[in-house]
Amino acid sequence: MNIHEYQAKDILKQYGVAIQRGIVAHSPQEALKAARQLHEETGTNFYVVKAQIHAGGRGKGGGIKLAKSFQDVEELSKQIIGMQLVTPQTGAEGKKVHKVLIAEDAYYPGASKPKEYYISILLDRARSCNVIMASTEGGMDIEEVAEHTPEKIIKEWINPSVGLQQFQARKIAFALGVTGNAFKEMVKFIFSLYQAYIAVDATLFEINPVLKTSDDKIIAVDAKVNLDDNALYRHTALAEMRDIHEEDPLEVEATESGLNYVKLDGNVGCMVNGAGLAMATMDIIKLSGGEPANFLDVGGGANAQTVEAGFRIILKDPNVKAILINIFGGIVRCDRVANGVVEAYKKIGTINIPIIVRLQGTNAEEGAKIIDESGLKVTSAIVLKDAAARVQEALVK
Amino acid sequence: MSVLVNKNSRVIVQGFTGSEGTFHAGQMIEYGTNVVGGVTPSKGGQKHLDRPVFDTVAQAVAATQANVSIIFVPPSFAADAIMEAADAGISVIIAITEGIPVKDMMAVKSYLQTKKGITLIGPNCPGVITPEEAKVGIMPGFVFKKGKIGIVSKSGTLTYEASDQIVKAGLGISTAIGIGGDPIIGTTTKEAVELLMNDPETEGIVMIGEIGGNLEADAANWIKADGNRKPVVGFIAGQTAPKGRRMGHAGAIIGGANDTAAAKMEIMKACGLHVVQSPADIGATMLKALKK
Repeated sequence: MNIHEYQAKDILKQYGVAIQRGIVAHSPQEALKAARQLHEETGTNFYVVKAQIHAGGRGKGGGIKLAKSFQDVEELSKQIIGMQLVTPQTGAEGKKVHKVLIAEDAYYPGASKPKEYYISILLDRARSCNVIMASTEGGMDIEEVAEHTPEKIIKEWINPSVGLQQFQARKIAFALGVTGNAFKEMVKFIFSLYQAYIAVDATLFEINPVLKTSDDKIIAVDAKVNLDDNALYRHTALAEMRDIHEEDPLEVEATESGLNYVKLDGNVGCMVNGAGLAMATMDIIKLSGGEPANFLDVGGGANAQTVEAGFRIILKDPNVKAILINIFGGIVRCDRVANGVVEAYKKIGTINIPIIVRLQGTNAEEGAKIIDESGLKVTSAIVLKDAAARVQEALVK
Repeated sequence: MSVLVNKNSRVIVQGFTGSEGTFHAGQMIEYGTNVVGGVTPSKGGQKHLDRPVFDTVAQAVAATQANVSIIFVPPSFAADAIMEAADAGISVIIAITEGIPVKDMMAVKSYLQTKKGITLIGPNCPGVITPEEAKVGIMPGFVFKKGKIGIVSKSGTLTYEASDQIVKAGLGISTAIGIGGDPIIGTTTKEAVELLMNDPETEGIVMIGEIGGNLEADAANWIKADGNRKPVVGFIAGQTAPKGRRMGHAGAIIGGANDTAAAKMEIMKACGLHVVQSPADIGATMLKALKK
């Protein structure tokens, strides 16, 4: 699960990680109030207005602006709240901004120059453990750093049995080249960050930039946090951080029906049992000359109810020109699934796009017969190759 | 021969009396698997499906000499169940459970390193089947007919699809291993392929992967280094999946340039695997590869 920057910073703060302080606001009025409060609490005279959406690269799209007065805060918030923010990660249509974070200015002048770093913690799948990645190239896209100057990325793997050790945190801080009080602060920062990561069952913490301020404090200026969906059952407060505004409405509806659905941009919808077969079916659609409109896994027990819910969601996507249903009947029999398809189809009424139903496995022949004799505008197939050919025909028509 | 499970396997079911455990244990018994009992804490001493129920895996092992366990325990208790099986000396542990937190699996992997001679398959997998000998999983048994092709796959229904094509091509299956679709799994693609490569009864291998991670690339590199002893037909699901979106399985997510389907298929081709673009071509391609 993804969460917003302000929520991520709340989590960090709770575990003793120093952060750039800020207050979330849903309107320009709230933003102004937040700025006043922040001024009182921190003494800051400048404010950063930061759009809160689940995508990176916000600055590039004009979603992060510096305000030098209360009036600026109100004005910039007015511009940003409600805007359709396009960043390299949102796609062309962008994402609507519903709230902003009003944050203190952390780049104030002082005894030393402020300096940005990069620190992340994530799962290393190959080693089955967490890894801390750090770099002196703060504020940059880490994938680019990895590609062009891989030697600038420091990695420290954490043994899950004993957790992060002091020497490892020191090793990272030394490698980053911080000295004096900033060194102590950096070790503390890395340590608390790891404690937070473990405590909330995260799968990614990306702090970019980590800032050494002009008075040698180490703080998180931005924070990207991904939480393990499978562990949310033991973190009910964190589960409530889910923001459905950030999700596709069809995906939200699918989740409510217990379906695993991901909306895509193509023209052929699909409904499949099993995640691997669902991905493979999308690939077949592409090879047949179409583009998959979605990923949809109806799970092991495909019945009339799940098929109907799946139909309804796919049909709400106006780009869909054909639907391929691909069910491998194992424990669930094909004739049952076929009856479910017919029943769901009749319940919905007329469906004006071609539907190809491929049923293989237990009672495949009976299933095909039910589809063929239903009198509905539905084509049956048993062999996967034939299903692909039927999709191709439907797209040519 | 065959790998991991066969007619001599003595299987216990953890989560025996729950609804999933009951249903699939029934199916396994019907298939002919030698299910010798089950474990449900606090239900020890009862009989279920005409088999004894034990409180602990250790008791089950002592009473039945079980050497294989299949786990249907809910996700919040599943990591514990795997470690209990390992502690009791079970040599092949098959975890079907979907939805185990990553942190729990990290602990499990770390724990298993302290034990010797234990193979964990899964979690989030359909299990393992050696046709006509033992089905230790949730797959429809009839799809798997005895033969000479081994299957290694991250996916459930896609494994059934592959097996169906292999069987209809007249080849049949030696052992099919569902390794699971989670980011952390017990047995990797490479380890499962290696088992089949060393199995005298297996003449060809189908390797089915997904986007995310580097297990298939590791396996492909090993297959090449090992001298391409047997033909391997490979497919990676998710050629059309977008970056950064999780496609059903917890591990099926493209993280960078190296774990896309295209990148994996490229490496597999370079390592001498017979890569199919369409999952509909698995059976025919294996038939051709064997004739070469």
